Amino acid sequence: MTDLGSLKSAVGELILNIAPDVDLKQLDPEADMRDELDLDSMDFLRLLEAISHKFGVNIPETDYQKVASLQAIADYISNAQIK
Amino acid sequence: MKRIDMPSFGADMAKGTVAQWKVTPGEEVKKGDIIASIETMKGLIDMEVFDDGIIENLLVAEGEEVKVGSPIAELRLKEDIPLKAEPLVTEQQPGSVMPTEPQAKQIEKQQPIVIPLEKSAIAPATSIKISPAAKFKAQQLGINWQGLAPGRGPEGAILLADIESLERTERVTETDKLVQPQIAQDDSGAAKLLMRKAIADVVSRSKKDIPHYYLELDVSVEKTKQWLVEFNADLPPEQRILINAVIYCAIARALMHFPEFNGFYQQDTFTPAQQVHLGNAISLRQGGLVVAAIHNAQRINLKKMMILLKDQVIRVREGGLRMSEMQDSTITVSNLGDRGCDRIQSIIFPPQVAIIGIGRQRSVPWVMDEKIVIANIVSISLAADHRVSDGHMGARLLDSIDNLLQQPERLL
Repeated sequence: MTDLGSLKSAVGELILNIAPDVDLKQLDPEADMRDELDLDSMDFLRLLEAISHKFGVNIPETDYQKVASLQAIADYISNAQIK
Repeated sequence: MKRIDMPSFGADMAKGTVAQWKVTPGEEVKKGDIIASIETMKGLIDMEVFDDGIIENLLVAEGEEVKVGSPIAELRLKEDIPLKAEPLVTEQQPGSVMPTEPQAKQIEKQQPIVIPLEKSAIAPATSIKISPAAKFKAQQLGINWQGLAPGRGPEGAILLADIESLERTERVTETDKLVQPQIAQDDSGAAKLLMRKAIADVVSRSKKDIPHYYLELDVSVEKTKQWLVEFNADLPPEQRILINAVIYCAIARALMHFPEFNGFYQQDTFTPAQQVHLGNAISLRQGGLVVAAIHNAQRINLKKMMILLKDQVIRVREGGLRMSEMQDSTITVSNLGDRGCDRIQSIIFPPQVAIIGIGRQRSVPWVMDEKIVIANIVSISLAADHRVSDGHMGARLLDSIDNLLQQPERLL
């Protein structure tokens, strides 16, 4: 069971693979990630793929609104892993 | 023996570097094989070979920078080519990647060359004359001389004075004043500047030469959206399909019935293309634009389209775009679907004759079956060359795309 901090870092790494130019330090973890980091739907889908591969957590389309921010993603993964 | 030259991917590319050879002397190659990775400011582009044959010699080393048009390899063709074909190449189009094709084997390749659209997409006209001094100056300034109007020399030849007067005009424009301080000392700044200039070149010429007309249609994507929700529901992310793929498939198929929007206008003549090579306009994260062709898009089903689109974005970002992708688009699609605009009125990239824009998916009040409902819609816009097509056909094209989007399952 990973703590939220390292989960956020790990997701951050995945984001950097997709958008190497982003400055994660500037990102407010509660902010809408797609807006802040200029990620389009293709980028976002690739991120979900990476999350699925890394954490074994599948985020279906119906849950997309629940994972808008970095914090929300980390929470989601953490909860999914507990189950 | 066929000479393979350093290809040009645009006006601003006066030199190129073979980052990596993918073949060795003595190796057999087939048309379409990738023989080298060329370093450009947009990243690494994979260079294909256009003939079957055997690599005879590699003439430049990896990492060596050479002028565009200079020989980088020799290919022994399966059939012989008379050597006298080659001098023709040097005179006419040293900067173009495919000058040997017209005289050589590639007559079956119907489309004229489309040089990457974000640079100046120039017609591969063989009649543009330019003095060596003018050409050198143009290259220094990053001006695409092949896209220029005839100059003051004999038979419309472009002379040094023509380039110099262009330079003077450029210097006094506002944009230039803004741009001057931004000339960074580092490479990436200079590269960005060149890219901007190249884009400016294309769009300016397009607006000057092409009589654009504009049409828009708001299309209900309720059916597509609902279909996608069901389709994607139980699928892992790597198998999900985005609405972009659906729209691209619909556009490609519709275009097969409207050839006046899919082809090239060059030297006062329109030549419709046999296939739809959909130009996917992809934004570079660091600024700028790449238009990468999806070949034979009309034949591609939804699942395949999604895979190709994803793969293309990855290669645009990480390197590995192929030369044929950068050159072959017969029409461009500009998709701002995720960004904050309802519709886009685009600029056609010559020598293409149309460009389709896709706005963001949005919820609006909509009339369906005589009732007001909430529907997801997308505004699809068409900018087209009025020398080639009329509004009536344009409207029918948009209508056709609309109809296809009402039955997304048929695109599978």
